[in-house]
Amino acid sequence: MSENVDSTQAPRKIGPPLSRISRLFESKQLGWVALGGALLAPFVTATPYSLNVMTTAAIFVLLASGLNIVVGYCGLLDLGYIAFMAVGAYTAGILSKSFDLPLIFTIPAVLVMTILAGLIIGAPTLRLRSDYLAIVTLGFGEITRITANNLTITGGPSGIFGIPGLLTIGRFDVQQPAVLYYVTVLVVALFVLASARLGKSRLGRAWRFVREDEDAAEAMGIHTYKVKLLAYIFGAIWGGCGGVLFAAHLSAVSPQSFIFLQSALVLMAVVLGGMGNMRGVVIGALVISLLPELLRDLAAQRYLAFGLLLVIVMVFRPQGFWPARGYERDRGSDGADEAAVARGESR
Amino acid sequence: MTAILEVKDLQIAFGGVKAVDGLSFSAHEREIIAVIGPNGAGKTSAFNCITGFYKPTSGSVLLNGLDTTGKRPADIAAAGVSRTFQNLRLFPDLTVLDNVRAGMHLYGGQNWADAILHTPRFKRSEAMYTEEAHHWLDFVSFEGARGVPVRNLSYGQQKRVEIARALARKADLLLLDEPAAGLNYSEKQQLLALCRRIRDLGTAIVLIEHDMGLVMELSERIIVMNFGREIAVGTPAEVKANPAVIEAYLGKDDEGVQSNGDA
Amino acid sequence: MTQLIWDGLFVGSFYALIALGYSMVYGIIKLLNFAHGDIYMLGAFIGFALLTSMGGIPASLSLGALLLVLLASMLLTGTAGVIIERLAYRPLRGAPRLAVLITAVGVSFSLEYGVSAVAGPNPRAFPVRLEGGVFDVLGARVSLPQIVLMLIAAGLMIALNSYIQKTSTGRAMRSIALDTNASLLMGINVNAVITRTFFIGSALAGAAGVMAGAYYGKIDFLMGFIIGLKAFTAAVIGGIGNIKGAMLGGLVLGFVEAFGTEWFGGQWRDVFAFAVLILFLTLRPTGILGERVTERM
Repeated sequence: MSENVDSTQAPRKIGPPLSRISRLFESKQLGWVALGGALLAPFVTATPYSLNVMTTAAIFVLLASGLNIVVGYCGLLDLGYIAFMAVGAYTAGILSKSFDLPLIFTIPAVLVMTILAGLIIGAPTLRLRSDYLAIVTLGFGEITRITANNLTITGGPSGIFGIPGLLTIGRFDVQQPAVLYYVTVLVVALFVLASARLGKSRLGRAWRFVREDEDAAEAMGIHTYKVKLLAYIFGAIWGGCGGVLFAAHLSAVSPQSFIFLQSALVLMAVVLGGMGNMRGVVIGALVISLLPELLRDLAAQRYLAFGLLLVIVMVFRPQGFWPARGYERDRGSDGADEAAVARGESR
Repeated sequence: MTAILEVKDLQIAFGGVKAVDGLSFSAHEREIIAVIGPNGAGKTSAFNCITGFYKPTSGSVLLNGLDTTGKRPADIAAAGVSRTFQNLRLFPDLTVLDNVRAGMHLYGGQNWADAILHTPRFKRSEAMYTEEAHHWLDFVSFEGARGVPVRNLSYGQQKRVEIARALARKADLLLLDEPAAGLNYSEKQQLLALCRRIRDLGTAIVLIEHDMGLVMELSERIIVMNFGREIAVGTPAEVKANPAVIEAYLGKDDEGVQSNGDA
Repeated sequence: MTQLIWDGLFVGSFYALIALGYSMVYGIIKLLNFAHGDIYMLGAFIGFALLTSMGGIPASLSLGALLLVLLASMLLTGTAGVIIERLAYRPLRGAPRLAVLITAVGVSFSLEYGVSAVAGPNPRAFPVRLEGGVFDVLGARVSLPQIVLMLIAAGLMIALNSYIQKTSTGRAMRSIALDTNASLLMGINVNAVITRTFFIGSALAGAAGVMAGAYYGKIDFLMGFIIGLKAFTAAVIGGIGNIKGAMLGGLVLGFVEAFGTEWFGGQWRDVFAFAVLILFLTLRPTGILGERVTERM
């Protein structure tokens, strides 16, 4: 199930331009720059349409960061990730509409339901090898969508609409597009930061150990099943919260929003962006969610392009465009040397 | 003194083939024991049974008096065993330091909330992990960049990292599966010194090895396996002279060939 | 009751045909070809394209023309499978499983949206619709087209079985499935055999596609998606990598679905099938006929 380390293989070399870009993306300031850009964007364009698109893109980034925990850090190919978003969105929508509550008060219930979903989906599947895991998670994704489509409580094929807004304090309504956008960006930024921090912790390392070589990880005392389940649960929580934002954004939830295509697009963001590298994943998510808006008329072609891109990337550059940083600072060094070596440059 | 490891009548079969057929031995604190035998004798299978990767069909394994037979590998590791692998199973795309930190996972010291909030506890824990990882790399005399992916290192360096990772477990028992394979003469000498340093820490070492010179010099006791069971146990001198052992390695002595047993 | 059995048998034979390709490829290179269901879809669309370009068939020649188109579709679909293997899977032969799976997802996507880009996103009507007599057999409503299609499917499966059992390629397939390295050492041209496996598996799926188009009269670019999952389910039920298992699994799944929809209603059909998949993978992952493979460390 794992590969032997081939020490005779020379590290892959990257040409100068790409390594300069890599260095830019690896600087600590990138996160602040991106956040700043997101906060300033409405000053560039604030039409309802563009705010709509940007909010959707932000939610997509949240989803991608969640899937990055599952696929990127832990190596579990989840092809039905959108199911977690569906659970979150429907839970929030049903509760807030039935009890006439602002969405924000449904969050505890959303957390419970998504964690449950993570456990239900994870328990049988995480013992399976990766191919089976992929298809079974896909099956779960479909089961979720079909169930939502068939039950009355979820509103059947038309879904649930007229969902109350996120929060209303006096005359201050978060539902205004600009306000909602800022709230979304801040929430997403916090989640992305949290997932990046998780990645650099003992748990994040455990996820990576399990991904690289499950047996060796077990030999070191790591309960791989528990670790995988945790990855799933965090992924589920991220997805569920994305669902709440989604419900707030559209005020409506329907099964059509949770087709396999959506799971595949989130996966593409993670894969193309560089599995395990949160920055790359964010960029990948932005590209995948914003690019189609610029190419609106070419619906089928853009998905065809994505599919082909996925194959090409896997064949030629499987670690994605901005692969996970495979180095850290050694004692008494500033990290530059290690970075250079990891990039394959000779010193 | 309780044995750190006690293997009693261990058996495992694959289909109809008995890979391990009634193996028994024990290891104590500060002992260095070598398990040798022709290929296919069942040595690695025995290791896998002890560490939980195979479930033995019968027999028992006791660690520090605790019955760990058939338990899952993670629990057995927590009970005090650590190992290296015959075909070097590091985490290729992770840094040298991270690989050693893998052995330290059971130290704990932080949870996911600490990680997300960057609590002082988290920062102290991370500092500890880094410092301790460096300590073990120093212990195995690892030279070279520590912040780069292990796949960039030479074979000899990678083997050292694997030992450092196994040592970081701070286990009472260390199982080394062919630690000298692929090493040159000077590297083997360094390995010898390293094993003695490990022994001085109080750890028991059981190693599978084919290099007879190393085995004879290093071990206090040798267990010779063939066909899944021990055919001889004793000091190096005793084992060298044991006719059953000679027959296992060289066949029956019709040709009158004497060899020093460098298998 | 007999109606359910008949319906189950009929749908099951489709599943079996497609599951065969899945199982064969898995058996030989341990890859779950996620795009396999889309090959089925491709077959349907190729059949559609061929029939449309022939400009309509007089009703009396329906069956004959269909068989010809079936053959042509099988050849073209088989070739498509070979091309995909060559371009997308072969370069990743030694790569980690995750990478290969993701590539398969990419291939699947490309096929689906490639066809959508060419033929449009809306469902298309198949130019040939099989009509035929309806009989009553033991209480089940059985139509002539159903019988014909099942006979074709059965014929293909029998042909495949004797191919695997009797020809040298078939033997090579079985030996590669058991031990690739040893097969290489024995001088077997592994690449050629893998190519042939993809060809046959894809051709069978393509045949199922054309037949589905002719029977149901409607095709769309996403029809392969669910079918792929069902075929995988069938392969798992019977024992993945096992040819007879794939056939058995297809039939079992057909039955399970027929009875399931009877009890729970048609809209739960797919959920029921997936539930069976998850049940099998959790309780009996080796399937009904599957063989255990122990891994040496």
